[in-house]
Amino acid sequence: MRKLIWTLAVIAPMIGSAARAEDTIKLGYIDPLSGGGASVGEGGLKTFQYLAEEINAKGGILGRKVEIVPFDNKTNPQETLVQAQKAIDAGVRYITQGNGSSVGLALEDFVTKYNTRNPGKEVLYFNYAAVDPAMTNEKCSYWHFRWDASSDIKMEALTNYIKDVASIKKVYLINQDYSFGQSVRSDARKMLTAKRPDVQIVGDELHPLLKVTDFSPYIAKIKASGADSVITGNWGQDIALLLKAAADAGLKVNWYTYYAGGAGGPTAIKQTGLDHQVFQLTEGFANSGHQPAMDYEKAFRAKVNMSLWYPRAVNEMRMFKAAAEKANSVEPVKVAAALEDLKLEVLDGGTGFMRKDDHQFFQPIYISSFGKLAANEPFDEENTGWGWHLVTKVDTPQAMVSTTCKMTRP
Amino acid sequence: MVHECAVLELIVISSLNGVLFGMLLFLLSSGLTVIFSMMGVLNFAHASFYMLGAFFGFQLTKWIGFWPAFVLAPLLVGAIGMVVERYGLRNTHKHGHVAELLLTFGLAFAIEEIVSMIWGRSPVDYRVPALLDFPAFTIFSTNYPAYKIFMLAVSVVIFVALLLVLKRTRVGLIVQAALTHPHMVGHLGHNVGRVFMVVFGVGSALAGLAGVIAGPALVTQSDMAASLGPILFVVIVFGGLGSLPGAFVASLVIGLVQTFAVALNGSLASVFGPLDSPGGPSALSDIWNVTIAQVAPIIPYLLLVIILIVRPMGLMGTRES
Repeated sequence: MRKLIWTLAVIAPMIGSAARAEDTIKLGYIDPLSGGGASVGEGGLKTFQYLAEEINAKGGILGRKVEIVPFDNKTNPQETLVQAQKAIDAGVRYITQGNGSSVGLALEDFVTKYNTRNPGKEVLYFNYAAVDPAMTNEKCSYWHFRWDASSDIKMEALTNYIKDVASIKKVYLINQDYSFGQSVRSDARKMLTAKRPDVQIVGDELHPLLKVTDFSPYIAKIKASGADSVITGNWGQDIALLLKAAADAGLKVNWYTYYAGGAGGPTAIKQTGLDHQVFQLTEGFANSGHQPAMDYEKAFRAKVNMSLWYPRAVNEMRMFKAAAEKANSVEPVKVAAALEDLKLEVLDGGTGFMRKDDHQFFQPIYISSFGKLAANEPFDEENTGWGWHLVTKVDTPQAMVSTTCKMTRP
Repeated sequence: MVHECAVLELIVISSLNGVLFGMLLFLLSSGLTVIFSMMGVLNFAHASFYMLGAFFGFQLTKWIGFWPAFVLAPLLVGAIGMVVERYGLRNTHKHGHVAELLLTFGLAFAIEEIVSMIWGRSPVDYRVPALLDFPAFTIFSTNYPAYKIFMLAVSVVIFVALLLVLKRTRVGLIVQAALTHPHMVGHLGHNVGRVFMVVFGVGSALAGLAGVIAGPALVTQSDMAASLGPILFVVIVFGGLGSLPGAFVASLVIGLVQTFAVALNGSLASVFGPLDSPGGPSALSDIWNVTIAQVAPIIPYLLLVIILIVRPMGLMGTRES
């Protein structure tokens, strides 16, 4: 009798999980859950878990529930490949990843090779934040889809804005020393020289990725350069600590950033006292004024207790569902085909589409600034009382770049 | 004129930052180097005690406020250090140095895992106490935070206290003697075991103190030990194993070098002119254009290699081994 109970106790959970595995669609979330990238990685995980619950509450995708399976890659490309293999062994056919283009490039290459070697067991890579242009240009892959605007799209939008701001005269570039940071730096140099030849680039810094714990030496250098504006693609703790060091030193410049809205960023900006002098480029933000998005933000905050950093993750999951329904299948090969040229009404309003040529999603881009809130702006960030305010919206046609991608199709 | 001011400002601020980082390194390396010369064991877990200090500081601050935490957390870490020496190292001592080394090595991993189990792997919100959260003074137009001045003051006080204890007290004399002639001290009838335990405890407590004060200024997370550990070894080898003045000088040198390296823009290209390669960018032109700021993180290790070649006993070390 006792033996029987033991046997049941061991076998019963196995049966349960086996049955569940048949039904669910497993989405492997491979991002940093430890180390310097952990704060953003955990935020991303909560976001995807919320989105999965939302889809499941409405009946799932083609009647099947979505399950988010987290894997910690420590923002390390080698570790990512180990985790990706682990994910595939656990039955994952869809992988989503965002933090770190060095990681993204390794994963894109891995998935492409895996799919070539394992026909019939294809895996798709949904990219929600790795924005190195190479991923949809010279290194593009049929199995990779990107919902975030690539860094050259963002720089195109940013420099189009800077072009008309006469007060910007001396610009300092500070970026993380890896593929993405280097692309931000070279795009900024190229586009600024073309659009505003009178602007002087007084500094061009690359620092180690997610390793610096005190940015005050860098801030002292920015100060000494006499810059009036800083452009940075920094994310995670690298933007939060950079702004924190600026706040401590009392550095007064305009900040043009890709990711100042991430964990710790808003708190640091409030400390600097730079009211509407820190700018951010996103595909959407809390106070965008688009009612459905603002309602969504409210519900999200109430449940998850953080701001919706990734409206693109919402777009990604909605489009995943739409593509699966269009293909009437959750088989990755069919979903991939259905995603090509698929159009979507994006969360913050307007139409976006997944370009067939390079699998880059094009969508409206917003430039917003952080500071005191106006009457019609209900959302603040990190309990600072300050929030994001619309500066300008760049529509989809103006936020497009060409591609050199020549992908191999199955 | 404006430009000259800016350069002067950069130098002053970088010096302050460099000295601050150097003093923090000294709090850690002083304990490590004394423990090494007494016991012949390179304590791999030393940086982990620093991390424990930061997390204890964070937790105690949440419960009872920063100031009690500032006193209690280092004591707690010191107590843990003593327990490790008494029940860990002393038992493995008879099996030789390799066993002791492996013990501290394993301990470092165990502490990291335990810390991330309790507090998670992402940074904890360890803030500067409100009392010290204001700019202490303004040089030219840069504010210098009061908390950093506080860190500097604590490090200097500890440094002076350590110096007085070692040079002016009987305990200090025994410790100094044990540094160079541990067996002789034992033969003279001193309880070397207890001296070891106390020194290990004090060394750990100093590391813990460094953690408590560095936690709010830097980032308190479970990989902080792993990222600081290697630099510590550079400091004690560079300064000379077992030499306190050596550790002091090396800490300041490493602190200043790392800070000033960031401030410099020079590259091989700016010294020798751009490299004209007919085939476009190559691996060589990449190296040519790397700035000193970019290689700042590896400069300490480069110094380590150079000092080992030129002067294997370190800057102020007296014995090789």
